[in-house]
Amino acid sequence: MKKKVFILTIIPALGSLVVINRVEPYVLGLPFVLFWAICWVCLTSLFLIIANKLDTSNKEEEEL
Amino acid sequence: MNAALLVILFFLVLCIWLGLQAGKGKEMNMEQWSVGGRGFGSILLFFLLAGEMFTTYTFLGASGGVYRSGMPTALYAFNCFYFVIAYWLLPPIWKFAKKNNVLSQSDFYEKKYNSPALGVLVAIISVIAIIPYLVMQLKGLGIIVSQASYGSISPNMAIVVGVIAITIYVTVSGMHGAAWTAIIKDILILAVIVFMGFYFPFHYYDGIRPMFEAINTAKSEFLLFPEQGLSISWFVSATIMTALGFYMFPHMLAGVFSAKSAKSLRVNAGVMPIYQIIIVFSLLIGFSAIIQVPNLNGTDADLAVFKMAKMSFDPWFVGVIGAAGAMAALIPSSLILTATATILSKNIYKVWKPNTTDQQLVKLSKMLVPVIALVTLYFTFNGGNNILTLYLLSYSFMVQLSPALIFSLWKRNPVTVQGAFSGMIVSIIIVVYLTITETSLETLFPSLPQVIKDLDIGLAILIINIVVTLVVSAITRKQGATVEEDTNTKNLVG
Repeated sequence: MKKKVFILTIIPALGSLVVINRVEPYVLGLPFVLFWAICWVCLTSLFLIIANKLDTSNKEEEEL
Repeated sequence: MNAALLVILFFLVLCIWLGLQAGKGKEMNMEQWSVGGRGFGSILLFFLLAGEMFTTYTFLGASGGVYRSGMPTALYAFNCFYFVIAYWLLPPIWKFAKKNNVLSQSDFYEKKYNSPALGVLVAIISVIAIIPYLVMQLKGLGIIVSQASYGSISPNMAIVVGVIAITIYVTVSGMHGAAWTAIIKDILILAVIVFMGFYFPFHYYDGIRPMFEAINTAKSEFLLFPEQGLSISWFVSATIMTALGFYMFPHMLAGVFSAKSAKSLRVNAGVMPIYQIIIVFSLLIGFSAIIQVPNLNGTDADLAVFKMAKMSFDPWFVGVIGAAGAMAALIPSSLILTATATILSKNIYKVWKPNTTDQQLVKLSKMLVPVIALVTLYFTFNGGNNILTLYLLSYSFMVQLSPALIFSLWKRNPVTVQGAFSGMIVSIIIVVYLTITETSLETLFPSLPQVIKDLDIGLAILIINIVVTLVVSAITRKQGATVEEDTNTKNLVG
């Protein structure tokens, strides 16, 4: 389980550092490079929320 | 007295009133004053930590940066790399803090390494790093209020009034004051920035895509990362550097300590990226200004938002924008003041005079608030950097504290006190030297490949820091081991 959580967090960490340096195509009116970065903002949130749901350390802490 | 000024004054008074109310009915011991009694749940914590993100930098720096150099600073402004780090880093820090009654960031180092001297060093480095950060906030405040009041209040006057206001409520309510004012501030900024972010592109260009197409035709270099300078390599290294430095700031860690549980910190890491989306609107404002208000040079680029606003809205609304911006500067400053005062009193004064009581510490911390405010005022009035530069400088200092902290969370900490000391001192000396002589990797090693020359200087120094820390630790560990054996044998004999 810990491993899954780790993978879930490493994906957005890497994704948010990748730059696709191009203007075309425009998505939602935004140059591609900007759209791509915004995409990763949303995905980071999604991945971290799922990771938190799966994270067993939340339960362990409650028991303490 | 114009409409804009009245609106700003109204919000200022509201802020002070709320800040004072927040501390009522709570007995102000040190834990209440500096970390809100460690009782902030997910929602209040969210506003507190998110509030720290919504600063003058978001308001002026991000849009000004976009105006000055386009896409590279835009992407840098809302990167989410932070939160992944937060997810793993903050819960263990919080757990240790809770168990050992840690109140400030220097406490953490002191208790983790069992060395008051290290606590003092960390405290000194943090106070040095905090000054440019506070100066950045206050400079922003000056620009915002003088612009929004149509010049009827000078920047310096605005700064002085603002500093007095936060000094009052921080002194009385500490962390509680900061948390509750953060809520109004966030709502106001959110409304103002989202509105302008949509309004400008649609009003002046008939939409977001036409705006970017217009910029692409007029100044195509603004929409892409350049080959050198603010290149992709700069972006990646600056992002990593800021992410590591971000939570080292004493006020950020104080925010972390005020959490109720480790879980609320994890939830927070997941929700915060959504908040970052709002910065995108601030960027749209900056992009819209590139063609509409050309020829703002140097530090004037930070005025881009207000040039646009004054061109487009009635004075009262400019006042609302000004109030939002002023709060963006004041509330983070109030958090910083609380954290700095805590560090100075608890981690420097108390080490020097160990039998100070808790009551005396609270009193001393409160007295230190105006003193720190005065020092910052001095630097604000004597220096002329733009907001992004100050921001990066402050982070270059702060990030140097991260190796000792991150390694200490490992099961077997590879770093010794001596190692932590050497790493910090060596790297801070390099940062100070490079800042004073204005050297970059480019001027230092002109023959290196461009990818390396564009690296953020703070991160480059961090690598030296880690090497020094680990090498010195390895050496001292060996010696330490023999010393321990010696005492063991002595004990046996004795």
